[in-house]
Amino acid sequence: MGSSAATSVQDGPVQGSAERPLAIEARGLIKRFDGFTAVDGVDLSVPEGSIYGILGPNGAGKTTTLRMLLGIIDPDSGLRRILGHDRPHEVAHTIGYLPEERGLYPSMKAYEAIAFMGALRGLPLNEGRRKGKELLEAHGLGYAIDRQIRQLSKGMAQQVQLLGTLVHDPRLVVFDEPFSGLDALNQGKLEKMIRGLAEKGTTVIFSTHVIAHAERLCDEVAIIAGGKVPFAGPVDVARDRIRPQVRLETRAQDGAWRAALPQDARHEGSFWYFSLPETGIEPLLRALIEGEAGILSLSIERAGLHDAFVAIAGEAAARALELGGEEERSQ
Amino acid sequence: MTGRLSTLQAAMVIARRDFTAILFSRSFFFFLLGPLFPLLVGGLAGGIGQRVQDHAGRPELGVAMSAKDVAAMTAAYQRLAPQLSNLPTLVSLGNGRESEAFDARAALSDKRLNLAAVVTGTPAAPILTGPQEQIARWQGPVGLIAAEAIAEKPSRFPDVALSPITTKTTADETRSRLVTAQLGQTVLFLLTMLLAGMVLSNLVEEKGNKIIEILAAAIPMDAVFLGKLFAMLAVSWVGITVWGLAGGAVWLSSGHSLADYPAPAVGWPAFLGLGVLYFSMGYLLLGSLFLAIGAMASTVREVQTLSMPVTMLQLLNFFFASFAMAQPGSAIELAAAIVPFSSPFTMLARAAQQPELWTHGLALGWQALCVALFVRAGATLFRRRVMKSGPAQGGSKGGLLKRAFAR
Repeated sequence: MGSSAATSVQDGPVQGSAERPLAIEARGLIKRFDGFTAVDGVDLSVPEGSIYGILGPNGAGKTTTLRMLLGIIDPDSGLRRILGHDRPHEVAHTIGYLPEERGLYPSMKAYEAIAFMGALRGLPLNEGRRKGKELLEAHGLGYAIDRQIRQLSKGMAQQVQLLGTLVHDPRLVVFDEPFSGLDALNQGKLEKMIRGLAEKGTTVIFSTHVIAHAERLCDEVAIIAGGKVPFAGPVDVARDRIRPQVRLETRAQDGAWRAALPQDARHEGSFWYFSLPETGIEPLLRALIEGEAGILSLSIERAGLHDAFVAIAGEAAARALELGGEEERSQ
Repeated sequence: MTGRLSTLQAAMVIARRDFTAILFSRSFFFFLLGPLFPLLVGGLAGGIGQRVQDHAGRPELGVAMSAKDVAAMTAAYQRLAPQLSNLPTLVSLGNGRESEAFDARAALSDKRLNLAAVVTGTPAAPILTGPQEQIARWQGPVGLIAAEAIAEKPSRFPDVALSPITTKTTADETRSRLVTAQLGQTVLFLLTMLLAGMVLSNLVEEKGNKIIEILAAAIPMDAVFLGKLFAMLAVSWVGITVWGLAGGAVWLSSGHSLADYPAPAVGWPAFLGLGVLYFSMGYLLLGSLFLAIGAMASTVREVQTLSMPVTMLQLLNFFFASFAMAQPGSAIELAAAIVPFSSPFTMLARAAQQPELWTHGLALGWQALCVALFVRAGATLFRRRVMKSGPAQGGSKGGLLKRAFAR
């Protein structure tokens, strides 16, 4: 897809479908550090039971936004409402959180670590221990139940922390860059787990700089760049911000039919590329047939989230996003 | 389904984890052994000091007079020595030559002798040569010996009947209570510094383990700080109990008892109880301040940089309280009791010296209020400074104070 999609972006922010009750609502969140504005007027509406992605490059303000939503830090201004409460700690027992920087007590046994994370969320310790053992068994980590965290591999420790995030059956789960550091197999497992949570009615919100994860999983996304959210809403709406892309191959190189092509049409080899005109494809088809252009192939493709991201956040943010992904793959 | 935790319940979750982790760690074993080191070092230093003292011997007073006068001075000395315990050791010098020919200065510089001063002349007109302080100290005893030497008849000393009492005199009691107060303050200071340092290390380790964000997301930071403080307090109580039992057993088995020592003004049970309470408050005050430092700092180096002046200030507070101890009832003592960080030391010393108890209730209330304020301030700083991300993060940007107070 080589066309410049920016020319066909529809103007104005689009908010998410607000028919379902909202698990998270944020209005005008601002956070500054030492004169640097990390988050600059973020608005979010996360419907209950949805999978919601916060998509942006490193340093865009994703982690700071999540920390404000969870009450780890307070915004300098703006409003936040989590599961109907203004103070996130009041509903902490119904929230699970996996931070970007994973951390566990190295001397704790795996099941104790899960129980401790549950205890922090109000789960009685004995019940947490029992559930911790069950969860480890259920996820193929039964052999690690009595092992200390320091004896586990990084990937296994990450799984233990993930189970600790879910041990108290939270209504809302917040993951900060959950896929970072996981191999392809475990990324697939995590995607499955996220879908499973959503099927049970749990709201899942996660940040990522990998568009593919957001595209595969999310009902809605917020695109964040430079601390601002230029788009928040359903993934389909984001895609629809760019008109579908047409690829046309003709036998004839020239003719009267060319006058019917849109102004942004670009010729590469034997192909023409352009955005689908607002009038639809039929007038163009008619002109091509009547002008005897000789249609060899014609495809109309809906824009991907990547194109939508480029169109919404700009080329620079997209490049930063791609760079972040490459850095992670190289690690 | 889980229920929401109150701040106290959340603090208990943290305290329970930290308490168990510390109790079963190697560092706790070394913590228990801690008091042995000063005892060992003190014992060694005392032993060496005694040997040095023995080696140096008692300073001697040289007598360089005619043979007849030396004999008279020696006889007088022997008669007086049983009556006066602080007489210097007398040694004869100059082989009975006339004292005018004797060089007292040379004798005092002679490395083979251990002379502190030399008396020459005659018993009727003795001349005492030596360093100013020494001759001022010995002027009286030398005059006494010389007077006894020229007396026509030796002095007759009446038998003094001794009537010992078992109770302490007021002077003894005042001195003992002062010693008890001083000892209590020193133990309190050393323990609080040790434990506050340990709680700071614990927080820094937690920041290193990246666990702090999980805690901060789940429970209020006040609860995290309170939990950490109380865990270390409980650990220290275990330590004190172990030390108390072990020390008490050794002490009692060697035939001592508390009754052998003058009771502090409030009595031993109240003094020990107040000791535990003031230790707890002193530790909580300093620990909460150290946690606030941990909250401000991003790196171990910053922690060290920030904790050094606080340690020095705490030393000053200790000296302030020690100074105030010697002036009971003064404005200085009141000020030392009000300043939160010197208050526990001052009030413990007061318990040793003054019998009123109500002042301790007031002081403990005030100290508890200060602990609550420091914990809240530390938690606020933590939320402001620690959990930030983005380009401004790190220890190198801006001054520590600027970063601590910036929003």
